[in-house]
Amino acid sequence: MDKVMSNKKMIALYVLPSLLLILAVVYIPIVLTGYYGLNEWNGIGSMKFVGLDNYQRLLKDSVFWDSAKHSLLLAVFSLISLIVYLAIAMVLAAKLRGANLFRKIYLIPMLLSSVAIAQLWLKIYHPTSGIMNTLLESLGVDNPPAWLAEPSLVLFALFIPILWQYAGFYILIYYAALKNIPTSLEEAAKIDGATSIQIAYKIKLPLVMEVLKVTVVLAVVGSLKYFDLIYVMTNGGPNGASEVMASYMYRTAFKSYDFGYGSAIGFALLIICLVATWVIRKLTETKDTIQYS
Amino acid sequence: MSVGQMDAGAMSPKAAFAQKIGYAILYIVLIAVAVLQLFPLVWLLLFSLKNNQEVFNLPPFAIPTHPRWENYQKVWEAGNIDVYFLNSVWITVVSTLLTVVLASLVTYAITRMKWKLSSLVLGLFMVAMMIPVHSTLIPLFSMFNDVNLTDKPASLILTYVAFNMPITIMILLGFYYALPKEVEEAAVIDGCSVNRMFFRIVFPMTSSVIATTAIINMIYNWNEFIFVNTFISSDKFKTLTVGVQNFIGQYTTDWGAIGATLMISILPILITFLFLSDRIVEGIAAGSVKG
Repeated sequence: MDKVMSNKKMIALYVLPSLLLILAVVYIPIVLTGYYGLNEWNGIGSMKFVGLDNYQRLLKDSVFWDSAKHSLLLAVFSLISLIVYLAIAMVLAAKLRGANLFRKIYLIPMLLSSVAIAQLWLKIYHPTSGIMNTLLESLGVDNPPAWLAEPSLVLFALFIPILWQYAGFYILIYYAALKNIPTSLEEAAKIDGATSIQIAYKIKLPLVMEVLKVTVVLAVVGSLKYFDLIYVMTNGGPNGASEVMASYMYRTAFKSYDFGYGSAIGFALLIICLVATWVIRKLTETKDTIQYS
Repeated sequence: MSVGQMDAGAMSPKAAFAQKIGYAILYIVLIAVAVLQLFPLVWLLLFSLKNNQEVFNLPPFAIPTHPRWENYQKVWEAGNIDVYFLNSVWITVVSTLLTVVLASLVTYAITRMKWKLSSLVLGLFMVAMMIPVHSTLIPLFSMFNDVNLTDKPASLILTYVAFNMPITIMILLGFYYALPKEVEEAAVIDGCSVNRMFFRIVFPMTSSVIATTAIINMIYNWNEFIFVNTFISSDKFKTLTVGVQNFIGQYTTDWGAIGATLMISILPILITFLFLSDRIVEGIAAGSVKG
């Protein structure tokens, strides 16, 4: 058995194509992003090495820091909404009839393309014929705002469809984790006279902690690198009011043809995401994980 | 007797009433969330069947008396939607097949074969999941330029396979670890080669998890936008996401046409979900929790 299963040629044949592909498409570009950031380059002509100029420019670039602030704000909103999703998942997991159907309905927006969702929400926010303002007008609101054209509102108007799209995803994850808790624990607590709120807070929450940590990383990093809906719906506008890091990178490279500076932004985005992951893991580190199986 | 029944038996009528109210509130919350998730899509379906006059003058959720199916016919015939649609189909299928087969080979080598670098290689695949795709975009664009792959479907297939490989391996790993090894051990004793064992025994045994990963891959590939938007410029190679985006640009004022275009782009996913929702739910849950 061992001899057949440690045949070097076979192992290479099975692993190398995928390994080379992922090195070429994921890892080499990451290194190159950092390197391009050290150059002045319009994407076609020759590169000119400028050392840390682009990175110094980045540190002083208020547009970049504003976009970072917007990305961070999205991360904060995503974190707050996780609490709501967890609460909904707890309700779903409380042996209600139809729970399975509900969680499937909730998931539908996540399966659709961001472009379709973005185009749909552009229509929802349409100042005169969109469903948002038609509803507000029928509720008696005079002059409802032109959501995506208001610099003070646009960011929050964009957060709604983003959270809408991912709600079902997080509810599904929490639901799966809650369903993993053996019912015997809950029953024992009930016999001891625990209320459902005590059960939720003292028993269920600690047991889904590991999953919670994973979703916190997913939500924060996903928000920091968020791009799709914002790019299609406002492209960072009006006047930069909804610019996020990834959209700023994209605009700098593929619209202004400043590939060097765009790469520096892309590299900063990578570092920020990795640091955020590391910090969250450190902050939520626990000495012993609770076993319940 | 279960605990629940014991509780109910011991409850006063007042407490039982309170419990019923409690359940009613829970259901109202759940239904409200479901309505929030579905109403935008219902509204989309309705305005895809209306003309502008009906969109502007009727209440938003009024059902059109004469559903205008011709909106769908119009957009299907007018632009390149049929070309985009076919591109989406074949690029999605080819990328998914490649990902699933390559990821299965890697997972097999990692879980069954003995080699020193196995955990390092697994680590490389897993860490790749944390890399934001946007940070790779500029170098990928210039690398594909250098090898004449920009504006070719191959650039999409290569990136889709590479970026979906880690999550596919992750879902497969759990299944491979749980798979009993007795059959394979017996096969080796009978002198079966590694290839034969993989393709004739292991690959067929994993068909259910392969179906799950394939569906997840298809959804991701079907919806992918940023790579198509960056790498592809010819209309004949664009997929539905970018095609829809450009197409709608020409129709900014024709709501029915926009609605119909969007419906055409999301229908394949909705139909798949209708028939395979359990597998999709399972795949998404499996692909996230372990991350």
